[in-house]
Amino acid sequence: MEVILEAMPALGEAWGLILQPVVIGYLVLGVVMGLCVGVFPGLGGIAGLSLLLPFMFGMDPILGLALMIGMVAVVPTSDTFASVLMGIPGSSASQATVLDGFPMAKRGQAARALSAAFASSLFGGLVGASFLTLFILIARPIVLEFRTPELLMITIFGLSMVGILAGRVAVKGIVAAGLGMLVGTIGEGASSGDLRMSSYDFPYLTDGLKLVIVGLGIFAIPEIVSLLRQDRAIAKEQKLGGGWLDGVKDWFANIWLSVRCSIIGVIVGVIPGLGGSVVDWIAYGHTVQTTKDKSNFGKGEVRGVIGPESSNNAKEGGGLVPTLLFGIPGSGSMAIFIGAIALLGSGQIEVGPAMLKNNLNITYSIVWLLALANVVGTVICIAASGGIAKLTTIRFVLLAPFLFMIISFAAFQSGQNLMDLVALFAIGFLGILMRRFDWSRPAFLIGFVLSNPAETYANQSVQIASSRFRKSLEDGLEYIFSPIVIILIIITVISVVVGLRQAKNLRSEGDVASGSKRAPLIFLAAVTAYIAYAFYDAASIPSFSRDRTFPMFVAGVCLVGCAWLFIQMMMKPETDPIFADRESHGEDATATHTLWSTLAWFAGLLLLTSLLGFILALALFLFAFLKVRARLSAGAAAIYAACGIAFMCAMAWSLNRDFPPGLLQDYVDLPWPLT
Amino acid sequence: MTMKTLALAASFAIASTSAFAGSHAIDLSGKTVEWIIPFSETGGSAKWANFYAPLLSEALPGQPTVVVKFMPGAGSTKGANFFQEQKYDDSEGTLIFGSSGSTQFPYLLGDPRVKYEYNDWNVVLASGTGGVAYLPPDLAETLEEEGVAGLTDVDFIYGSQGATRLDLVPLLAWEMLGLNVEPVFGIKGRGDGRLMFERGEANIDYQTSSSFLSGVMPLVEAETAVPWFAFGALDDDGNIVRDPTFPDMPSFKEVCEATEGCETSGPAWEAWKAFFVAGFPAQKMVFLPAGAPQAAIDTYSDAFEAIKARGDFAEISAARLGKYPQMTGAKAKTAMESATKVPAEAKEFVTNWLSERYGVTLN
Repeated sequence: MEVILEAMPALGEAWGLILQPVVIGYLVLGVVMGLCVGVFPGLGGIAGLSLLLPFMFGMDPILGLALMIGMVAVVPTSDTFASVLMGIPGSSASQATVLDGFPMAKRGQAARALSAAFASSLFGGLVGASFLTLFILIARPIVLEFRTPELLMITIFGLSMVGILAGRVAVKGIVAAGLGMLVGTIGEGASSGDLRMSSYDFPYLTDGLKLVIVGLGIFAIPEIVSLLRQDRAIAKEQKLGGGWLDGVKDWFANIWLSVRCSIIGVIVGVIPGLGGSVVDWIAYGHTVQTTKDKSNFGKGEVRGVIGPESSNNAKEGGGLVPTLLFGIPGSGSMAIFIGAIALLGSGQIEVGPAMLKNNLNITYSIVWLLALANVVGTVICIAASGGIAKLTTIRFVLLAPFLFMIISFAAFQSGQNLMDLVALFAIGFLGILMRRFDWSRPAFLIGFVLSNPAETYANQSVQIASSRFRKSLEDGLEYIFSPIVIILIIITVISVVVGLRQAKNLRSEGDVASGSKRAPLIFLAAVTAYIAYAFYDAASIPSFSRDRTFPMFVAGVCLVGCAWLFIQMMMKPETDPIFADRESHGEDATATHTLWSTLAWFAGLLLLTSLLGFILALALFLFAFLKVRARLSAGAAAIYAACGIAFMCAMAWSLNRDFPPGLLQDYVDLPWPLT
Repeated sequence: MTMKTLALAASFAIASTSAFAGSHAIDLSGKTVEWIIPFSETGGSAKWANFYAPLLSEALPGQPTVVVKFMPGAGSTKGANFFQEQKYDDSEGTLIFGSSGSTQFPYLLGDPRVKYEYNDWNVVLASGTGGVAYLPPDLAETLEEEGVAGLTDVDFIYGSQGATRLDLVPLLAWEMLGLNVEPVFGIKGRGDGRLMFERGEANIDYQTSSSFLSGVMPLVEAETAVPWFAFGALDDDGNIVRDPTFPDMPSFKEVCEATEGCETSGPAWEAWKAFFVAGFPAQKMVFLPAGAPQAAIDTYSDAFEAIKARGDFAEISAARLGKYPQMTGAKAKTAMESATKVPAEAKEFVTNWLSERYGVTLN
C-alpha cells in the first residue's frame, strides 16, 4: 500500500506532463506517421523510429517520447489492415488475426472485422496500461522469478497451441510444427556456432531465415496466388455487409474475452526474452478453447479476431516492463526506443534498474502516452476502415501485382540480399503446398517462431541445472521444479488434453475435400526426405556440441510422425481426410488459371529483378501483368504501373531504404532508385 | 539542454570546422553521407553511430545529411565484406563504415568468412571503452576474506554470447585466475547476461563500461552486486593501467599479479592483452573506403576533432560513450594498428584454447 501511495504523486505529474496541447500534438503527429509507415509489413516500427532518431538529439524529453510512442503504439494497430484485408501478416503481432480476419474479408465483412479488431486493440491497450500502472511498482521481483526453466515452460506452453491448430489429422499438424522448428534451426547454432543445413560457401542461410520472410511466404503468398487464380475480388459478394458499428458491437458482446486476452497479452509481454511472438497464438488458443461453437473458426469467426487483437496491443504495454525496468528490449523497435531515450534531453533519463526510483513520472508518462496513442490511432483507423474495406471489392487481379511489390520489398528489407526474394519464393511455394494438402500452416509458423527460444532455453536449463545438481540433488530439483514451472506444466497438460479433444471440430483453414492418393503421398515423401536429411545433417555435427541435440530430437519425433502417416496412407481409402487435396474439389479445382501460370508471374518478377534490379523489373512486371493478366489497355496499365513505382520510390526514399540490385547494376552505374 | 545552447554549440562546431578545413577539404554540401553499421538497429554500435551521426552532419563541411544504414549479417562480416568491395571513387566521401570488436575478432582469429582487410581502409575515428567484472555479494565476501583462492572451487555460471566474441576476454581472464567458469551460451546481448545474473542463475558477469554504469551501478547500490575488477586501460606506452572511468577498481593486471598462478608475462598474458587491446581500447572505429585521398581523410578527421571540441561534448558523451578516448588522426591510426594486429603466438594460443576448452574451431 505504501508503494502505491508514493506512486500517486508521480502518476499525477505524469498526467500533468501528458495533458499539454503541444504534447498531444506531437503524439498525434507520431500516430499519423506511424500509420503511414505501418502499411509496410514487417518493417513498420523499426523503420519509423530510425527515421525519427536524428531529431531526438536534445529534444524536450516529453515531446520526443510523445512522438516516438505515437509511432510505436500504432504499428500493431495499423498492420491489422494488411492481415484482415489481404491475408498478409504485417508483423508477428498480427499472425493469428489472419486466420479469421481474412476469411471475414472474403465474405464481404471486412469493415466489421476491422472495427472489431480496432475496438479490441483499443481496449487491450487501455487494460494493459491500467494493469501496468499498479503492476510496474511490484514487477521487478516478479519478473526475476522467471528463470530459464520458467521461460522454457512458457515456450512449451506456446508450442502446445499447436494441438488446437493441428487440423483434422493431428499428426500432420505435429509434423508441420516440427518442420517449422527445423526450418527455424537453419543456420548457426546459438550454442557453439555449428552450422545446420547451411555452409559458409553459401552464406545466406548461415543467419537463418527471418520471420518476415517465413510469415509472408507461408500465409500471404498462398492466399494471393489462390485468389489470383480465381480472377475475382477478395469479397465474394459485391455488396459489403457488416458496417463498422457491427464490429464494435461484436467486440462489446465479447468484452470478457477481450479482458482475458488483454491480461494474457500484458503478462506475456512483461516476461523478457519471449517478446510478442507467442502472445497472439496463446490468445487465439484461449479464444478457441473458451468458445462453445467452434465450427466457424478459420472461416471467419469474429471471436478469432477479437482475442488476438486484444492481446497484441496490451502486450506493447507489458513489453515496457523489461524495456524500462531492466533495460532489455522486448522487440526491435523497443531497442531503438531505448537508444532514443538516451538521446533525449542529453541523457538525464537512464533506462534500467534505476528508472523507477529516479524517473517514475516519466515511466508513467510512457505507459499512458502509449494508451493515449492507442486511442488516437484506433479512432483514425475505425474512421478509415469503412473506406479502406472497399479495397476488397476491387478485382483482385488489379491489386495483386502491387501486393507482390510490397511483400517483395518487405522481404528484401530483412536481409538486403537478393536471396531474400528467393527464400520468400521457396517458402511461399511450401506454403502453397501445405495449404493445398491441408497441413496446418499456423502450426508450422508457431514451430518456426518458437524454435529458437525452445532450443536456447532447453540448452541453457540443462546446463545450469546440471551445475546445480553437482552441488546437490535438492538444489537442482528446486531449480527445475519451481512453483511457477509446476503451475505452467499443469496448464500445458490441460491445454493439450482439451485441445486435442477439440481439434477434430476445428478447421483452422476451412474444409478441404480429399482427392486421389498420389499427390498427398508425394508431398509427404518430400517432407519426410527433408526431415531425414535435417536429421542426418544435425547428426554430423561433432557430438560435444549442443547445437546438434535439438534439431536431432525434433527431426526424430517428426520422422516417427511421418512413418505413422505413411502407414495410415497405405491403410486408409482415398476419401479419408488424410488425403486432403484442394486441387480435387472446390474453389481451387475450378479456378480460371492454373497454379503454375500464376506462380510463373511471381517467378518472372524474381528473375527480372536478378537481371535488371528491382525497380526496372517491377516496372516491366507491373505493366505486363496489368496488360496481359488484367487485360487493361496499354495506357491504363502504364499509368497504374507508374503510380506503383512512384509510391514505392517515395516510401523507400523517405525511409532511406535500398532496392535489390541485379546483374545489370554490376556493369552499369545507375542513379537511385535504379541502383 | 536548451535549444539555445544547442544552437551555440552547433555554430561553434561549424566555425571550428571551417577553421580546420583550409583549402584541401572536400565539400559535401547537398550530399548524403551513408554510414554503414554491420549490425542491426538494436545493438551497441547502433547507439554509438546514432550518437555521432547528427553531430557529424553539423561538423562536416557543407553539412551533408548523415544517415546510418544497418547491414546486419554473419556477426558483422557481411557488412564488412561489403565495405571491402567499395572503392573511394564510387562514393567520393559519402560512404563510411563503423566497425566494432565483433568485426575485429573474426578478422584476428582467421574466420573463413572474413574477406576484408583492415589495412586497406582509412581510419578517421577510434572510440574506446572498458569492461568491469562483478560478483554476487556472498562470493564477493569470500573473495574479500580468502582472496581469489577462495573462489577456485566455486562452480561459476556465466551467460555468454559466444566464446569467439568479446566474451573471450573475460573468459580467458577468469581462467587465468584459476576460476572454473562455465559459459552458458545462446544469450542475445550483454543485457540478457546481466538479467541472468540478477535472476541468480549466473554468478559472475561482466559489462562494458556504459552498460555497467547504467545497468549494474543500481544493483551495486542495492547491494545485490559487487564490482571486482575493471579490465583496465592503455597508457601512452601501451601498458595496462587503471580504467579512468573506475579509478577505484583494480585493473585486471593488478588482480592477476596478486593471484598465485596468474602471471603477467608469458603466452597466456600476451594473448589476453592482445585480444583485450583489440576488443576494448579501440572497440569501435570509423573508416573511409580503400583509396581515399588525404583530403577526404583530413576532412573527416577534422570533423570528428570538431565534435570533440564542442563545449558540451563531455556532458553529452559521458552517458552514451563513457569517459574514454575518442581518437582521431595519428592516434586513431596507432589504435587501429594495435587493435588489428595480434602476434602469431597470441593467435595460436587463443585458437588452441578455444578448441580445447570449448570445442570451437573456426573453419
